[in-house]
Order: sequence, then structure tokens, then C-alpha cells
Amino acid sequence: MTLSFAIWTPIFFGLVLLMFGSDKSTVGLRYLALFGAVVSFIATLPLVLNFDVANAGMQFVEKVSWIPRYDINYYLGVDGISVWFIVLTAFINIFIVIAAWEVIHVKVSQYFAAFMILSGLMIGVFAALDALLFYVFFEATLIPMYVIIGVWGGHNRIYAAFKFFLYTLLGSLLTLVALLYMYNVSNSFDILIWQETRLDIVEQVCLFAAFFMAFAVKVPMWPVHTWLPDVHVEAPTGGSVVLAAIMLKLGAYGFLRFSLPIAPDASQYLGPFIIFLSLVAVIYVGLVALVQRDMKKLVAYSSVAHMGFVTLGFFLFSPLGIEGGIVQMISHGFISAAMFLSIGVLYERMHTRQIADYGGVVHTMPKFAVFAVFMALANCGLPATSGFVGEFMVILAAVDYDFLIGALAATALILGAAYSLWMVKRVFFGPIANPEVAALKDINSREFFMMAVLSLCVLWMGVYPKPFTDIIHPAVINLLQHVAVSKL
Amino acid sequence: MQVFDLIAIFPELLLLLGACFLLIASVFVRENPIVVSSNSASIEEPDIFHTPRGVGFVYFCSLILLAVLAMAFIGRIGDVSVIAMNGLFQSDPVANLLKAGCCLALLISLIYSKQYLKDRSLFRPDFIVLCLFALLGQMVLISGANLLSLYLGLELMALSTYALVAMRHNSAKSSEAAMKYFILGALASGFLLYGMSMLYGVTGSLDLIEIFRAVADPRINHLVLAFGVVFIVAGLAFKMGVVPFHMWVPDVYQGAPTAVTLLIAAAPKLAAFALLFRLLVNALLPLVGDWQPMLILLAVLSLILGNVTAIAQTNLKRMLAYSAIAQMGFVLLGMLSVFDDHAFSSAMFYAITYVLTTLGSFGLLMVLSRKGYDCETLDGLKGLNQQHPWYAFIGLILMFSLAGVPPTVGFTAKLAVLEALVDAQYTSLAVIAVLASLVGAFYYLRVVKVMYFDEPLHAAHAVSGSTLARGILSLNGILVLVLGIFPAGLLTLCLDAMRRTLLGI
Repeated sequence: MTLSFAIWTPIFFGLVLLMFGSDKSTVGLRYLALFGAVVSFIATLPLVLNFDVANAGMQFVEKVSWIPRYDINYYLGVDGISVWFIVLTAFINIFIVIAAWEVIHVKVSQYFAAFMILSGLMIGVFAALDALLFYVFFEATLIPMYVIIGVWGGHNRIYAAFKFFLYTLLGSLLTLVALLYMYNVSNSFDILIWQETRLDIVEQVCLFAAFFMAFAVKVPMWPVHTWLPDVHVEAPTGGSVVLAAIMLKLGAYGFLRFSLPIAPDASQYLGPFIIFLSLVAVIYVGLVALVQRDMKKLVAYSSVAHMGFVTLGFFLFSPLGIEGGIVQMISHGFISAAMFLSIGVLYERMHTRQIADYGGVVHTMPKFAVFAVFMALANCGLPATSGFVGEFMVILAAVDYDFLIGALAATALILGAAYSLWMVKRVFFGPIANPEVAALKDINSREFFMMAVLSLCVLWMGVYPKPFTDIIHPAVINLLQHVAVSKL
Repeated sequence: MQVFDLIAIFPELLLLLGACFLLIASVFVRENPIVVSSNSASIEEPDIFHTPRGVGFVYFCSLILLAVLAMAFIGRIGDVSVIAMNGLFQSDPVANLLKAGCCLALLISLIYSKQYLKDRSLFRPDFIVLCLFALLGQMVLISGANLLSLYLGLELMALSTYALVAMRHNSAKSSEAAMKYFILGALASGFLLYGMSMLYGVTGSLDLIEIFRAVADPRINHLVLAFGVVFIVAGLAFKMGVVPFHMWVPDVYQGAPTAVTLLIAAAPKLAAFALLFRLLVNALLPLVGDWQPMLILLAVLSLILGNVTAIAQTNLKRMLAYSAIAQMGFVLLGMLSVFDDHAFSSAMFYAITYVLTTLGSFGLLMVLSRKGYDCETLDGLKGLNQQHPWYAFIGLILMFSLAGVPPTVGFTAKLAVLEALVDAQYTSLAVIAVLASLVGAFYYLRVVKVMYFDEPLHAAHAVSGSTLARGILSLNGILVLVLGIFPAGLLTLCLDAMRRTLLGI
């Protein structure tokens, strides 16, 4: 029942907020949302505390018949790959509630409800072992996100909301056909059974392509990443945080759960192609990030580049690469959340995200500058931050695979440093640019708390990543053993 | 006629007697002169002059009658197939399920439309009695075991609905819609009759079972039969409103008063499915190689044209009409996997859930309409979330259900049909279908956008309708969600009914 609690607690609180929410007394609502988010986070903790590291298979399994006609089950379970993302989702949700505290004034109850429901649905995606259940959660996340962007977004929010919804729907509808095809072949929607189902190479390639459509859009990989900057720019701070920290991981997680084990031969066969796309994401998108004038756009492109590292790691087919990819995903969850929160902090005060409008913020907001600079350094992979661990593992694996690929991947560290530090330089350092910057107030205790906790997480993961890798390692080995066996 | 026959047709008989009784009773309803005015805006008449006294009695009796009938049919779903009235009438699980659906759909439609009709001086006994006769036609059609009874039922339903569309006789748009509906409907009936006559000419029988036997015989004259099938499918396509026989749908949906649009859009879709099932499966299953390619073509065209054209609409009723065309395409797709009862039941499940969603959509439009104002454009929904978050939420569920996004019932229905398609090796058709629904998602999303993201246009959205209507609307919306989360019961019911019916053939 642990997993069910983790999924349904936030959704329950979301529905309560929706039902009793009125826009008159928002203080109670905020506390209720915070309470709900904290309770939901606590509900996920037993998953890690009681996790059996020695067991590489699925744990906390629940299986109840859902739609017997198609043999669809409410089938949940986690392994080392998925468990951290569930905790991360619930954890980030707390920050979203805190970040919205004094910021959101319109439709407050719906705002919190949308994020609570969204967080429950995303936990469902990570926990589902039935393909259709996975699909239902995966698709259902679009509804709250669409509303979040459209109602609380910026000027061009409607365009962004439509682009987000239709772009992702295109990929996932084709995946639905692929799921039905797999059902037809195997007479089951059980992902673990699918991993054993024999398929010829043509079937595998078609299935891989269909899965790729959904997951590559979600990650997003180059060249289907164009929706992400648009959506990030228009989304409210909370929306950007959840998008970068969790939602992108749904796609990468899909690769690990579906593409690699279900179509292993196609994955090996198309691996170089994916590696190529990932390298383009790392290098080309990194260069694109360099020239952005809008801070949110810059961080959005940086997200694409970092997720390129993740997919690169996955398709090297070595334990180090996949583990590095997963560590990178978790780390990026913390760092990108913190960066978008930082941009939110600035935006609330200045109502602009243009880098050119800032300069010398360190003089007026010294406390904030410490955290922001730290996060920027973590973003470019400074050793002793979590950003370093994942990238380093992936680069090691890449060098092992092919020196050229490793060398190209390593340029990401340089590019990352370039765009992150150049932004920091232009925003925080130098003389005070204008009277607005001079009038800035430093972060209050609420914002300080958010940044401090996230910084601690980044440091902890950077200095002592063992708790994470210990849990991830057996599941990755299991996955790779599986992928090594041909299904032809 | 034997006792046995009487038991089989008892619900229809009850409806007929009830409708006749109410027709007579309505003579005693005191009719007030209806004010027909060229410039109606200047005349403010109180409700009481528009609503004849005593109509409440007729209305109340109809609701009771419909509720009783619905219960009776639900109770009969488990019964075995029976053929009565010398082979004119059959009562099988599918028929009972669909008839229960029709009764409930009419019941809900009447509840939704009461206030709307009152405000437009359409709340009259003849309106209600016509609805009941249309329902009777649907029932006869659904239970038809003979080409004659099928046609009889079809015409009874069609003629009643023509009259209903023309009810608002002082409106040019309504009259135009009624005219189009009547002429094209009559044309379709002509096609259907012509096809039936060919069938009769070749097989020598009007009885569906006899026809089935005759066409299964390899020595039969296939050429004439094929022509007959073409005309029958064309007639069916007219009645279902699928491309290229769809021209009447948008005009009628838009021109008719919303209450009448609901009556056309809901229960008749179930009847159309029954007609499709009776003719193509009960009678012509051996000719599947002839009618299946036609259905594929009709379905694909409907999906593409319906979804693409709907994008250009700003009138919600017209948009829902094009959406209906596309959704009927999906129902046709469900009929393609012939050797499997799963497929037919998925098409039936699709039709039933579509009717449920349609009821809610038009119900919402009626609840948001008020005296002198019809909520039927996209602008009319602007900013609904700011004033009535609950109704906006219901609208959101309904639109996502039509778009087929989980966890709504529309997704389950699409899943069932797509599964049947993939199962029948029509994977490429499944891909076309999902791409078409991607296009469709755009205009459903736009409705959500208008309700949630835009600022209200007018000072306030008025919510009309009785507490009962609003309560049922809320239930309807929640049901769309709940059936999406727990679809197993209804799916099993459809599958079971279809399986037992097919065993009976």
C-alpha cells in the first residue's frame, strides 16, 4: 500500500483543495497545501527507508485487477531506477507550494490543487508496472500542466499551452498504438512480461520508433526540443520547476522502462543514432544556450543539454553510463528547480527576465547571490556538487565506449561553464546597472529556506552520492543483463 | 398474437399507450395564445403566458414513464434472446441495453431542457409527446428483426424528429434546418428502401435471419446483392451522419434549438448503431467483404474531414456537429473486426459513452443559456472558470473526454476501438485514427482554453435550469470521469450483451 499512498495522498489533497477552495481565505488554503505536500512527501519516505538494496527486482508490489477485459491491472512496483524519482517528485512539490506562497493571487486553490494532482500523477508514472496504467498517468499529467501554463502563465501563455499539449500528445498517441500492438503480441499489458516477449527486428525497430516519439519529445531530445523553451518562458515559476525537475524525467525514465528492455536489439542497433542526437543536444544546444538573452530560456536550453547527457549515458550500455544518467537526472532535478526558483525570485521583484536588465545584483542581494552563484556552478558541473557526479560518470563511460565521443561529451563541461558563468557575471556582478536593481530587497526567510535546502541536497549528493548509487546499482545491472540478451 | 408476444413487447406497448394517453390528456391542457412577434425583443412576456397550464402533468408523467421503462430494460439485459410477433420483433441483450440507453438519454435530455424550453415557449405537451413517439420509433428500430419493422421504426423516429426540429416555427434558421433534415432524411430513407428492395429481390425474404441464410449461400446472385449493400450502406451513412453523407449534420445541429439538438445528438446515435448492427451484422455478415471496405472509407473520411473542419468553427453547436461526424467515424472503425465480438462491443461501448458525453456537453450549453440568450458560441463560454468554476470543471472533463485524454471515459472508448483495430491487423488504420484525434484535440482544447484562460466577455454568466437539471449535469460530468477510472463494469456489460446476442444469431 506504500506506493498507493504515495500516489493518492497528493491527489486527495488536491481534490480537497479544489472542493473547499474559495478565493476569499487564501491563507488557510496555503497552509493546507503545504500540509498536504509535506504529508505526501512523508508518505514516500518509507519507499527509500525500507528499500531492500539486495533485491534487484520490483519491490512494494501491488496488483489489483482493473479492467479485466483487457487484462489491465492496477500494478505498481518500484526498483532502484524509479524509487528516487518518486521521492524527488514529492520533495520538489513542497518547494512549489512554498515558492507560490506570496506570489500567486489568482485562483489560489486551483493552483495548488493542479500541482498536487500533477505530483500524484507523476509518481504514478514512475510506479506503474502495467503499460496502460503508465500511459494513463503519463497522459493525465498533460491536463493539469495545460491548465497551469494557460491560467497562470505569461503573455504568450495560450500559444505555449497548446504547443506543450499537442506536441506531447502527438508522441504519446503513437505510443498508444505501440502499446496495443504489444498487447496483441503478448496478450498482456504487464511491462515485465513484455520485457520477455520475443520480437523480430522489424517489430522492435517500429516499437522503438513509436516509444521514441513519446519519450524523445518529453526528454526533450534535439530536434524535438523546441517546445521546451517556449513553455518555460511562459509557464509560472512553479510550472517551470516541475517541468524541468520532474516532467522531463518522465521521458528519460520511459527509455529505461520501455525502449531498452522491450526492444533491446533495436536499442543496440539504433544506439549510435541516439548517441549522435544526444551529442548534438549537448554541444549545439549548449551553444544555443550561450546566446540567450532571457534567463529562463537560457536555463531551458541548458536543461536540454543536460538531458542530452542523460540519454547519452543510457545508450552507452554500460553500468557507469546508465547510473551516471540516472544520477544526472536526480541532480538536474535539484539544480534546475533551484535555478528556476532563483529566476522566480528575481522576476517577482523586477518583472523582467532579460539578462540585460540586470547587473550588480550581488550588491543589493548578497545572500541570494551566494545561492544563485553556487547553483550556477553546480549547473556547470563543479566537483563536490551533484552536477559533477553524473556528468563525470557519463564521460568516463563515453571514453570507455569511444574516445571521440567522450571528448565531445566533455566539451559540455566547458560550454556549461561558459553559459552559466557568463549569465552569473552579467546578472550578479559588475556595477549596479539601474535604479531598479539598486532598490532590490534581499531574499526573505521563505526564499532563504528554499535555496538553502536545495543547496544542501546538491552538496550532499555531490560529496556523498553513495546512498543514491547503492540503490540504483543493482537495478541497472539487472537492466543491462536483460538488454544483453537478444530477443530475436 | 400470443401472451408470449405480449410479454416481449410489453415495454413498447406501455410506451405507446402512455404516449397516446398523454396525447389525449394534452387536449385538456389549457392552451394559451402564443405571442408571435416580428420584433420579439421588445416584448417581455412573463413565463406563465408562454407555458400552457397542465403541461407539468404531462412532463411529470413522461419522466415517470421513462424512468420505469429504463428500469425495465436494465432488468431485461440479462434475459435470453427472444423473437416475437411472427419474426418482426426481437428482444436480445444488445437491444435491451441500447433501449435502456435511449430511455435514459431521453429522460436526461428532458430534465436538462425543461427550463430552456420554458424560456422559449416550447415547453408544450406536443413537444413531449413527439419525443415519446421518437423514442418508440427508436425502440422498434432497435428491436427490428425484419426489414419492414426496421424501416417502420426508423421512419417513426425520423418523422417525429423532423417535427421537433421545426417546432420553433417563428425562426427562419430552425425552419431551414428542418427542411434540410427532412429532405435529406427522406432521400436517405429512399436509398435504404431501394437497397432493401434489392435484398428482397435476391433473397426473397424480409426476415433478417432468412436473409442471412440466403446470402451465405454461395450460389446467390452476388452482383445485385452488392448493389443492394451499397445503397444500404449509403442510407446508413446518411442516418449516422458520416462523410460524404454528412451535410445535414452541422446545419441541423446549429439551426435546431439546443434542446432539440440534444434530442438528435444523443439517443438517435444509439438507434443508428442498432440499425448498423441489425443490417450489417444480423443480416449481411456473410457479405462482410463487400461492406467492410466501404466502412473503412467512410470512417477515414469522417475522421479527417470532421476533425479538420471542426477547427474552423466558432459556433459550439456546429463544432460539436463536426465532432459528432468524427466520433461516428470511430464507431464505424469499431465495426471492422468482424470475426470477434470484442469489436462490435467496443463500437457499442464507444457509442454509449459518446452519448453520455454529448448529453453533458449540450446540457452544459442549456444550463448556461437563459431567456433571450442562447449560449452557443465559443465567446459565450469565455472566462467561465472565473464565475462558475464547477461548471467549467465539468466542461473540462467533457472536452477532454471527447478528445480522448485519460482518465476520462472517452479514452477508454478510443482504447477499446483501437485495440479491436490492432487486433484485426488494421494497425495503419489505428495510426490514422490517432493522428486524426490529435487534430481533434486542438478544438476541444480550445474550448477549455476559452473557459479557463480567457477573461469573461459579459458581466456575468447566468446559470439557469432547475436544481434537478444542475444536479444531473454534475452527476453526468462526474460519471464521465468515474467511468473513465472504473470502466470495467460497463465494458463487461457491453461485451457480455454482444456475446450473448451473437450466439443467438
